[in-house]
Amino acid sequence: MMERQQPTNVPPGNPGANPAETLVRNNIGWMISVAQRLLGDRALAEDAVQDAFISAFRGLDDFENRASLKTWLHRITVNAALMKLRKIKRRSEQSIDVYQPEFDEYECRIEAPWKHIESVEDILENEQRRTQVRAAIDQLPDNYRIVLLLRDIEGYSTNEVAQMLELSGSNVKIRLHRARAALKKLIEPILRGKLPS
Amino acid sequence: MKEHKKSRIGRRLKGLMFRRIHGMITCREFEEFINNFLDGELSKRERSRFGRHLRICRECRQYLQAYQRTIEIGRAVFTSPDEPVPDDVPESLIDTILKLRADNKTGD
Repeated sequence: MMERQQPTNVPPGNPGANPAETLVRNNIGWMISVAQRLLGDRALAEDAVQDAFISAFRGLDDFENRASLKTWLHRITVNAALMKLRKIKRRSEQSIDVYQPEFDEYECRIEAPWKHIESVEDILENEQRRTQVRAAIDQLPDNYRIVLLLRDIEGYSTNEVAQMLELSGSNVKIRLHRARAALKKLIEPILRGKLPS
Repeated sequence: MKEHKKSRIGRRLKGLMFRRIHGMITCREFEEFINNFLDGELSKRERSRFGRHLRICRECRQYLQAYQRTIEIGRAVFTSPDEPVPDDVPESLIDTILKLRADNKTGD
């Protein structure tokens, strides 16, 4: 899993504070970010983080530094968000077939020529583009979006994602590929630099 | 119209070459190899077929570049320093979590 430092304005716990409060204050900001990415909703994310802390407190005695604290909390947060997601079932039934690559009757790819592909830097420096890419990811059906987020954004391995979602490894790979292909299609006008700034 | 016919003939020939010549794969088969290629999980034989197709097929070459750029961009928009991070965590949420913690400890 990727480690990422994220700033938060929550007052940090001071050394003399209750250890539980320090744990909450030092981690709640990024945990809400992770849950919000998966759930797409701030209130649900806060609920999930509350559940995550309760699980974390229960398991803290067994934690024993087997992993880094942040890695451990990250996994607990993802699991809590996935539990919430299973309850609300956002858009898992939608099809993404329409966003998949096309082939002709000779099994040749149908792809308009690419004269230019925008660089990551070009897109990152434009707030509107960043928002459009995030919105495109959010547009994917949940059963694809979650696999893409866990693999490409949160940095979990195929096996870890398969375990979290109770899927086979090959199913995770298929969903990831379809999600990436769909995202490519959805952001194609941005990639081709064809959207007005 | 002539251009369209020419392109159709070209695609047909290309398709035939990919399907009939030993050691070649079609664009559809190439598609199925992409993720294993990116994860470094293709066998030696698959890698050689994938590479051969990539050298010949402009559409798949450009598609793969755009596909890889999509992955990089998806990752970057969520890991850039400008990603929205909550700076307004409600104190009431922190209080509730700590209260639940205290209640659980009392109940132990």
